[in-house]
Amino acid sequence: MIMHSILAHSAIISPVLRILAAWMLVLSFALLAQRRLLSLIRLLAWQGVTLAVGTALVGQLTGDPVLWVSAVLTLSIKGILMPYVLHYLLRRLQVRGDVEMTLNVPSTQLLGILLVVFAFSIAAPLDGYLPAATHGMLGIALAAFLLSFLMMITRRKAISQIVGFLAMDNALFFAATSATLGMPLIVELGIALDTLIGLVVIGVFFFQIRDTFDSLDLHYLEHIREDK
Amino acid sequence: MNSGDCLLWVLYASLLALLPTVLVAIPALPIRWKRSLGFLLTVAFCLLLIVVGIHALASPALHASIPGPLTDLAWQFTLDPLSGFFLLVLGSVGFAASLHAIGYFYHGSQSKLKQVLLPYPVFVTAMVWVLLAANAYTFLVAWELMALSSTFLILVEGQDQRRQQAAYLYLLIAHIGALALFVAFALLSHGDLISNGNFQRMAQSPYSPVVANAVFGLTLLGFGAKLGLLPLHAWLPEAHPAAPSPVSALMSGAMLPVAVYGLLRIDWQILPAGAGWWGPLWLGLGLSSALFAVLYSALQTDMKRLLAYSSMENMGLILIALGLSRIFAEQALWSLAALALVAGLFQVLNHAFFKSLLFLGSGSVLHATGTLEMSHLGGLIRSMPQTAFLVLIGIFALAGLPPLNGFASEWLLLQAFLLAPSLPSGMLRAILPLAAAGVVLVTAVAAFAIVKFYGIAFLGRARSAVAKQEAGIWERASMAFLALFCVLLGVFPGRVVDSLSHITALLLHGSQIAHQSALALTPISAQRASYLPGVFLLGIALSIAVVFVLVWWRFGRSLRRAPVWSCGFAADYSAQTQDSPTGFSQPLLRIFGVSLSTLRNRQGGRNTLPVQIPDPFWKGFYLPWGRVTLWIAEGISRLQHGRITSYLLYSFLTLIVLLVFFR
Repeated sequence: MIMHSILAHSAIISPVLRILAAWMLVLSFALLAQRRLLSLIRLLAWQGVTLAVGTALVGQLTGDPVLWVSAVLTLSIKGILMPYVLHYLLRRLQVRGDVEMTLNVPSTQLLGILLVVFAFSIAAPLDGYLPAATHGMLGIALAAFLLSFLMMITRRKAISQIVGFLAMDNALFFAATSATLGMPLIVELGIALDTLIGLVVIGVFFFQIRDTFDSLDLHYLEHIREDK
Repeated sequence: MNSGDCLLWVLYASLLALLPTVLVAIPALPIRWKRSLGFLLTVAFCLLLIVVGIHALASPALHASIPGPLTDLAWQFTLDPLSGFFLLVLGSVGFAASLHAIGYFYHGSQSKLKQVLLPYPVFVTAMVWVLLAANAYTFLVAWELMALSSTFLILVEGQDQRRQQAAYLYLLIAHIGALALFVAFALLSHGDLISNGNFQRMAQSPYSPVVANAVFGLTLLGFGAKLGLLPLHAWLPEAHPAAPSPVSALMSGAMLPVAVYGLLRIDWQILPAGAGWWGPLWLGLGLSSALFAVLYSALQTDMKRLLAYSSMENMGLILIALGLSRIFAEQALWSLAALALVAGLFQVLNHAFFKSLLFLGSGSVLHATGTLEMSHLGGLIRSMPQTAFLVLIGIFALAGLPPLNGFASEWLLLQAFLLAPSLPSGMLRAILPLAAAGVVLVTAVAAFAIVKFYGIAFLGRARSAVAKQEAGIWERASMAFLALFCVLLGVFPGRVVDSLSHITALLLHGSQIAHQSALALTPISAQRASYLPGVFLLGIALSIAVVFVLVWWRFGRSLRRAPVWSCGFAADYSAQTQDSPTGFSQPLLRIFGVSLSTLRNRQGGRNTLPVQIPDPFWKGFYLPWGRVTLWIAEGISRLQHGRITSYLLYSFLTLIVLLVFFR
């Protein structure tokens, strides 16, 4: 029965899924290029919404009602709650202006392209083990993951690091839902809870860091290491 | 109860022996009860070990398996003659040490008792498990437990900097050894410790020469670190004096033999056919360790340091015997190999008795006088006559005087050396007599060292520390037990040698040395050489009796104590004019050219020159290694600079590399 419904829907749904995946990658590149903190958070929210839509489509494709629950959760947590909290933090901490980058935008973008090529070359051999509807998705998920990692490396401000961290989480989530057609709800809930707790802890840290150094620039943290 | 249950009962008893660790935690129990109950439980357990050990010496192997934490990983145990013999050694030493401990910790506080009774039963039980282990997993867990519990025992007497350093050094060397054993077992099980970890399965599987040689080297490192072989001996003279005396006795008399057991179990039973150089290497290492240790033992001025170096020397002798046996076995001279092996095992047994007797004796001295520094002691024979007499028996045994047990095993070893001309290889035929001469030198210097031990501390007049009272009844009872067996093992060596025949049969393809009569020791044949300890005992007893009667008859029975004759001068010589411990060993210093570093310091208005005898390996081996390690660590710590971006970059690059190589 399930196989039948997959075959019936896949003709319409898989192209849409592919477009969403491409959109995910575009958003990751945008995150890598964006200098303004406010826009970063907005892009993160868009990623969350894309994930939610993707999950819903996969739910439609497989006919698994649990994935719909997951889609609603994703939308509320990743699409609305987290960006809102980050936005609130931004206002409370009165961080303004541009993000300082350790590497300029064009070079970062070029590095990003290399990473995408690398990710696809890694993921291509694995396509044989995955359902036909999701070919290429794993590569995109891996690319998005590496791009978020690169973003964390190239930024200095604490807020942009947390954005990179959440984007990494999004990429993993994308790999789990789109590339392998869903994972058990309990695992998903666990991951969501972990991310939320991580966000709370990091939020507390933000205040501590700002109180200690009068800035959220992580470069000041270098002074607190153990002395020889 | 069938015989298979016997092993299980020992295992249950070993768990029951851990009860004192719970007992000390009960606040309502009075401290006297805790002390007596705690140690008496170990005493009872050790008695059980003696009985089981003797029983196992002549019984077929028993096996037991208890489900472990993982499905395929079980606790497996075997009781065969080899483990039975070492259980007997452990039981005897543990019995005496635990009895002694009741008296030794009599005046300790509640917290000190807690510190002892928590790790002490764990230490004994862990050693039992090591001896019974039948797979690598059980062996390694028990081995680590043994190392950890004994580390805590070193720190019982106080946690000053010296003790902490001793415990740290001990733990460090023990861990390096354990690491080597880990790798050795991984090689032996072909990389699969879970399914190939059983010793029997290891013994049946074939190994390439490269693997066998690697395992041999690694086990030599692992067990050698425990045995105190050169150059991994540095922990011995530090840890033994730091630990309480019953613990020192256990460590020296029972824990060092556990390492001998490991060598026999792995390098002999699992790897029966090795390269030709294994035996000579054991022999050479054992001889150099023994020579080094005996020399430094003779130079020490601390009683327990002296005994610690002497333990190292005895382990060297045992390794010499094992190496010799291996050399004979390599040439298929099985009966000679059995002779050398029996000599080594006999030495293990004897060392356990006389060395723990001396450690316990020095514990009683520490109790009575508050110091173990020989330059402060003297004349203890008058204030503690019974302790002095019991220690004297241990001294005679260690010095290798007939008819005590030390002589019997050393004589057997030399007999084995004298049979070296039957070897086909000319090279070994030429070298072995030299090694035998080395062994004789070692035993002679050991006698010198131990005469110094007794002469300085027990004879003469008290220097600065005076013994307040004789040792307590528990302490004397434990020493009397050990002294009695030093005599019995020496007078009836034939019985001991006979009972070891099952071990030689197990390790050397069924070969054993000839059946012995009860009173004589004849290694090969009566025409060649035999030794009648009973005749010696009778002769000595007779001559003493004759002299005693003559003196009594000539001078009367009253004992007269007079001042020291001062050559006619009207000087009253103080006790400080007696030969000092450093002065006593001056000839050795001259002969062997050991460099001494002296530290002059002024204490209480008097110039004192405490002499320090630095271990040359400390400066030549340990410190350079320490510097290299620090240098590497500093290089690595440069990676740690507090920049989060770089940390992220590290994990990023690691991820990329992993993706590339393990896709």
